[in-house]
Amino acid sequence: MPGLVHVSTTINGNPTDFLCEPRQSLLEVLRDVLGMTGTKEGCNDGNCGACTVVLDGRIVTSCLVLGVEAQGKEVSTIEGVASPEGLHPVQLAFLENAALQCGICTPGFIVASKALLDREPDADEGRIRHWLAGNLCRCTGYDKIVRAVLDAEDKMKA
Amino acid sequence: MEAIEYTTPKTIAEAVQAMASAGDRARALAGGTDLLVQLRGGRRSADLVVDVKDIPELNEVSYNPQSGLTIGAAAPCYQIYANADVAANYPGLVDSASLIGSIQIQGRASLGGNLCNSAPSADAIPPMIAMGGVANIAGPNGTRQVAVEDFCTGPGRNVLESGELLVSINIPAPAPNSGANYLRFIPRNEMDIAVAGVGSAVVLDSSGQNFVSARIALASVAPTPVFAREAGDSLAGKAVSDESIEEAARLAMEAAVPITDMRGTVRQRIHLVGVLTRRTLNNAIRRARGEE
Repeated sequence: MPGLVHVSTTINGNPTDFLCEPRQSLLEVLRDVLGMTGTKEGCNDGNCGACTVVLDGRIVTSCLVLGVEAQGKEVSTIEGVASPEGLHPVQLAFLENAALQCGICTPGFIVASKALLDREPDADEGRIRHWLAGNLCRCTGYDKIVRAVLDAEDKMKA
Repeated sequence: MEAIEYTTPKTIAEAVQAMASAGDRARALAGGTDLLVQLRGGRRSADLVVDVKDIPELNEVSYNPQSGLTIGAAAPCYQIYANADVAANYPGLVDSASLIGSIQIQGRASLGGNLCNSAPSADAIPPMIAMGGVANIAGPNGTRQVAVEDFCTGPGRNVLESGELLVSINIPAPAPNSGANYLRFIPRNEMDIAVAGVGSAVVLDSSGQNFVSARIALASVAPTPVFAREAGDSLAGKAVSDESIEEAARLAMEAAVPITDMRGTVRQRIHLVGVLTRRTLNNAIRRARGEE
């Protein structure tokens, strides 16, 4: 029976140390070890995108990353999207455009959408839909989500 | 998931030693997008997971006009399509790397992992076969090379022996007037497994009107990816024409031995091989002529 492994990482800019079993996913570590429950578990096999986080600058599904793989890496989660000054424009746009219903997929959509707009501030609707193909929503039908991302894009450029 | 041990070797030698120490109970971890799902679902089991992402050779993506492209076995898809040399010289590889899974999956999943997972439906394998890719393998008895078309031996099975590790894949430098393309059929726009897929690579003469050579490979129509050698060979020396392409498509359809399952029927899959062979050949020809 393997023991616990000490992992040193950076989460939302904060140096963070934790202990985990090698078999535990980064998602399990975030939620069950660190109590950061903003990141959601949907399918737990990489299809739904609810557990999307940023790992060293790329969005990944944290259910398909081992917690031990976070050693020495930079992780950003939904908890790091808002600032002390207030919500991020993507979060505000999701609220104003009613781009969520049950809300389980929302943290993943916001993390993925912010990552796109950080990288491609002029992404068009087709690009947004393609980028978000790895995030599933069973409530909205996606149109409100896409409109929210386009709205956030406008506001971030203003 | 059952308990596992985890190790992060820094060199190929350390990785081989670790893989050999656990024999069949060791699995190499690159992006984890197949392995972690399989370990969690009980489709594979392992005592030791060897994370190979700290080994420089396994992360390399480098192009040399003489020796071609070296793709480290753990280099994620985004590093393939974000690489200017790859985009300029191997657009057929970009076709695959940019349609595997989601953006999230492409941040982790590697072409080497796609090869080692050895799924019949793997999107990255047909273009690597079509472009003449060679797998570089390291093991307890040294290194060896295996042509990509000889790598997979069955669904989820391949030539890797106990203790062996895929280090990289080499794709030869593109010949003048060459081009390649991969297409798959899925019932959705994104995020699906190929019902059938075809990768084609062609070399034309300097006029762009005649085939020098061609290679065609198929996905999701047999227990392994299929190298449809006769289909490609039929084009050598022929004029580029609807007739020569039709004959290659017919031979590719003959090379397909699919099953009927939830994703498609035998008849549909064979039909798709014909359609996709024609389309990928025409796209590869356009690229060879510099038309796109």
